[in-house]
Amino acid sequence: MRLNKIFKNTLLVLAACLVLSACATKKEVATDIQGQMQGDVYTGTDTVEYLADGVPDRVFFATNESILTTASRETLRAQAAWLRKNPNINVVLEGHADERGTREYNLALGERRANAAKDYLMTYGISSDRITVLSYGKERPVDSGSNPLAWSKNRRSVTVKAN
Amino acid sequence: MTKKILLLLFILIPIKADALIEVDITRGNLNPLPLAVSPLSIDEESRKGFEKILKKENIGSEISNIVENNLRTSGLFNPLDKKAFLQAPDIANLKPRFEDWNLIKAQALITGKVNYVDDKLRVEFRLWDVLAAKEMMALAFTTVPNNWRRVGHIISDKVYERLTGEKGYFDTRIIYVSEEGPKTQRIKKLAIMDQDGANNKFLTLGNELVLTPRFNPASQMVTYLSYFKNMPRVYLLDIETGTQEVVGDFPGMTFAPRFSPDGKKIIMSFAKDGKSDIYTMDLENRIVEKITNHPSIDTSPSYSPDGKYITFNSDRSGYQQIYVMKNDGSDVKRISFGNGLYGTPVWSPRGDLIAFTKLHKGKFYIGVMRIDGSGERLLTENYYQEAPSWSPNGRVLIFYRETKTNSKGEGFSAKLWSIDLTGYNERQIKTPTDASDPSWSSLLSN
Repeated sequence: MRLNKIFKNTLLVLAACLVLSACATKKEVATDIQGQMQGDVYTGTDTVEYLADGVPDRVFFATNESILTTASRETLRAQAAWLRKNPNINVVLEGHADERGTREYNLALGERRANAAKDYLMTYGISSDRITVLSYGKERPVDSGSNPLAWSKNRRSVTVKAN
Repeated sequence: MTKKILLLLFILIPIKADALIEVDITRGNLNPLPLAVSPLSIDEESRKGFEKILKKENIGSEISNIVENNLRTSGLFNPLDKKAFLQAPDIANLKPRFEDWNLIKAQALITGKVNYVDDKLRVEFRLWDVLAAKEMMALAFTTVPNNWRRVGHIISDKVYERLTGEKGYFDTRIIYVSEEGPKTQRIKKLAIMDQDGANNKFLTLGNELVLTPRFNPASQMVTYLSYFKNMPRVYLLDIETGTQEVVGDFPGMTFAPRFSPDGKKIIMSFAKDGKSDIYTMDLENRIVEKITNHPSIDTSPSYSPDGKYITFNSDRSGYQQIYVMKNDGSDVKRISFGNGLYGTPVWSPRGDLIAFTKLHKGKFYIGVMRIDGSGERLLTENYYQEAPSWSPNGRVLIFYRETKTNSKGEGFSAKLWSIDLTGYNERQIKTPTDASDPSWSSLLSN
């Protein structure tokens, strides 16, 4: 059931990528050409910080979505490995949304995104006791721009050391 | 303090029933009614008395300015230029020379006088039908001098009600979130002001993020979201005493709070494990009830004025849409079916409409629809705007609007705006700082 859903979602993402790459020739997506976005998911490293060498602190999402991309899952596996090596470190997963949504819905969406990351960390052996989820909705953007690239950087879940 | 005026308010002359002028409120401001607000007359002794206490040179003119400003901003009235007035305020209040007022095309006339009596402010005012040459209404109030602005608002409400047949909304306040600082690190404080922007006051210091304050329709309580100690929870604030308390003991984020129409319950969302459901808490016995139970995001709940139904926002169909259900969570029906996403449904105090925010093709709209979802009407389109809140008479919506930043990410601002239900009379409401999340109070006097 769950797998089925993930499969469907992956298809959706693929379809979205196809649609977007199809229109990537138009000037609208000029900012993506720098290779910083795939579909509308941020793939750059501008805003990324590192929990440890090779362990990025954040994952990015498509508009209105909380599905983890392949790259996000890779990042979270690296975080899980790092957390297993450092059993005394607890983390807060801070979920965020872009500015193009109503405030209350975005608070829920941020929570859903951080939980997607939390679920994945848990499947890689990190106890839920070590993870706190905190949604900021659209209250704490990293990029103050009003354009698709800025929004893609803001749709994120950031893993922050809690202690 | 706010209740004092009620005790001291009395009626001098009962309202007469022979209305001759009528304002067609269904048409918005296409043809605002021309009317003259003659400055309230004041004798020299009273003038000096108030000047000493209130530091206002002429309190009579100040009060009539409030009335004039309120009536103008409603979009339904066109207060005429005082320079054209031929009759002196004191004489006009005794017996207007209707030909003079007719000459400047005033259809209605407001006159009155102010007295300083036993350390109190005594105001009488009259509303005249110029064409029929008749008095329509006469009232007098006695109150503490500091309430002078409220006297102006109450007069405005009485005039509005007499001429439109509907309750006014001027003697009300707005609670909102004051915003300062860069977009990436906004400092947010709860703030409150009179409906016309006067008497602005900050209620929190800005140490923690606060969002979405809402008035209790039945008292001077406010519910809002605070990130105190980095734990986003719904709080209650008593505006009179400043007392704050967290609502309920939930193991996660509670948000999107609103009061029930009787003010006895708070309805809100609780987010857990990526799902957000709607809960209520009874403020007397603290009993919590789960109203929705769905793996989707259910948020932004708002009761119908009779308390029997709840409208809310859910993405159970895949995207944000508006739903209506019974107050126990049964009979859930989707009501929004237009193109785009729909959020922040708010039930009108009159009960017949639901106001909402809509996102369609990169634009944000404030709109209204009937409670079955039919008759969708979009009132205003912009880069970003959301969160409408109704005036207590259901005539006007207040909301906030954000600007697009430039290529360097500069130029962000958030402001409060209001618009008439008809889609006319869109106005910015001036605030000392940037502002968002407005909520309109009930009438303070009734």
